[in-house]
Amino acid sequence: MLDISDLHVSVDSTEVLHDINLHIGQGETHVLMGPNGSGKSTLLKAVMGFGGYTITAGSIIFKGTDITNMPIHERAHLGIGMMFQHPPAISGLKLGKLLAATSHMGEDAIEALAQSVNMEHFLARDINVGFSGGEIKRSEVLQLKVQQPDFIMLDEPESGVDLENMNLMGKEIAGLLEKDVHIVNRRRSGLIITHTGYILDYLEADQGHVMIGGQIRCHGNPREILRVVKEKGYGECLRCKQI
Amino acid sequence: MQTDITDMEHLSTEDRERLALTGLEVGMQNRCGSFFQIDQKVVQTTCGAEGIEMLPIKVALEKYDWMKDYYWNAVSKDKDKYTQYLARQESPQGLVVIAHEGVKVAMPLQACLFLREEPVQHVHNIFIAREGSEIHIISGCASSWQKEHGAHIGVTEIYVGKGARVTSTMIHNWNPGISVFPRSATIVEEDGIFLSNYVCMQPVHQINMYPTARLVGKNAVARFSSIVVATPGSLLDLGSRAILGAEHTSAELITRAITTGGTIISRGHILGEKDNTRGHIECKGLILKDGIIHAIPEIEGTLTGTELSHEAAVGKIARHEIEYLMARGLSEEEATATIIRGFLDVKISGLPAVLQKQIDAAIDKAESGF
Repeated sequence: MLDISDLHVSVDSTEVLHDINLHIGQGETHVLMGPNGSGKSTLLKAVMGFGGYTITAGSIIFKGTDITNMPIHERAHLGIGMMFQHPPAISGLKLGKLLAATSHMGEDAIEALAQSVNMEHFLARDINVGFSGGEIKRSEVLQLKVQQPDFIMLDEPESGVDLENMNLMGKEIAGLLEKDVHIVNRRRSGLIITHTGYILDYLEADQGHVMIGGQIRCHGNPREILRVVKEKGYGECLRCKQI
Repeated sequence: MQTDITDMEHLSTEDRERLALTGLEVGMQNRCGSFFQIDQKVVQTTCGAEGIEMLPIKVALEKYDWMKDYYWNAVSKDKDKYTQYLARQESPQGLVVIAHEGVKVAMPLQACLFLREEPVQHVHNIFIAREGSEIHIISGCASSWQKEHGAHIGVTEIYVGKGARVTSTMIHNWNPGISVFPRSATIVEEDGIFLSNYVCMQPVHQINMYPTARLVGKNAVARFSSIVVATPGSLLDLGSRAILGAEHTSAELITRAITTGGTIISRGHILGEKDNTRGHIECKGLILKDGIIHAIPEIEGTLTGTELSHEAAVGKIARHEIEYLMARGLSEEEATATIIRGFLDVKISGLPAVLQKQIDAAIDKAESGF
């Protein structure tokens, strides 16, 4: 589904990501861990195509298409979706209007999806304006449910979410990633940035990666990586040189 | 009552469209009264609402002796050369609306001022809302599509009585060679509410206005909302002023300004001179193409019991907002238009749905040009 090869990314002329290689197959969910400022969000934004994240070398191939220099919305049309950690608040733009503008769904279908994440009363509200942490996440999940991307990047889905919302979020994200579908038939893939690993209480991830200093330093079983990080911190990963 | 539909029927299709954009319903659907002045000729005055009178100003001055107390009262004759020009006119034209005590009409009255052939159109309007009454007035001002040069000078005096509520919505639709000088003032008595909405999204040579609301009775409220676009060659020198002249009065001045190459001077002034008064000025400007937006918010307090604030921001659309919408599949142009539409979406509380629709239509029409 996604093939990132020898990717180098600069922000403000400073290289932030160095020689990233990552392969995510169809139906796979990967987890990306790493200390603050290590470049995890930068990787997601570079894959989405945001301005300010300059790819100086390497390539990003999605479903066989080279998207390295493709505009953001074309990547979205190809099937890439993203849950933002800090989405902008846009006054005057109603959540319901945005959902209608970005899909071919009718009002009723959107309303039903909104109800599924307790957001039906937010459709007439300005997007993210005055939303709480949990509401922002639910709004993001709702947008993804409407968009139906094949590959979903989630930037810290647990942050700022209380326990009750976490339960809802976890189940909804598992749904977006087709965790209810048998692994053989599962089409959707995901890449999740997590610090706490709470999301793993709701879904199984196939692979884990640790990013440190703009490099992916280790790959392996996500739960095992999480356990090591919890016990020993990221110092252990720094010492581990396997790439 | 005076109607002369013939002139309206003689309007060209282009002019009818221009007038429709300013809110003129020729068929009077969703309107309870109508006044239509072409150049200096009043071609229609009709009102079907009980307890509401709509009269040409000449008729009103002859009919009611007390009208002279309202004529040149809120606005001074000697305010500037434009008011002086109007005061010199022997044959004043314009509209008088009188809402009698306790009469509440949700359906708007329309007043349409159309500049077609003459070099200068001048009007003098007086709106009087007696105690406990409620009226909505939509004033559409436009020039004929083939009118290249001209000027519109208008004085509007509005009197909001005790506990009365007046909503005045004005939509302008001029041409690149037209200069416009409205001079308006409103006096709001105890518990009265005055809501003023102004929309100008089409090219014009120059608009210069600074309407003032004087809140003279306790608990009086004034709110001015303006949505304006300056195209290349347009100079919009706009402002609004509120004088909090009684206890517990409050005012809000809200502006959304966009330039696509023209100049906007957005003034605002709130004077708090009594205890327990509140005022807020909000001006947001978007510079889409190089042009000028100059926000001049002034707040002036003269005692400890007044609370005044202002916020002003001028700039371009934030890149991360555009990219957020692009990540959901909108192209850059679609994302930009969507954000601009939201930017212009000022929530005007208490506005009848038909008027909100009219404002939305004016914005939608302009939006296609961004």
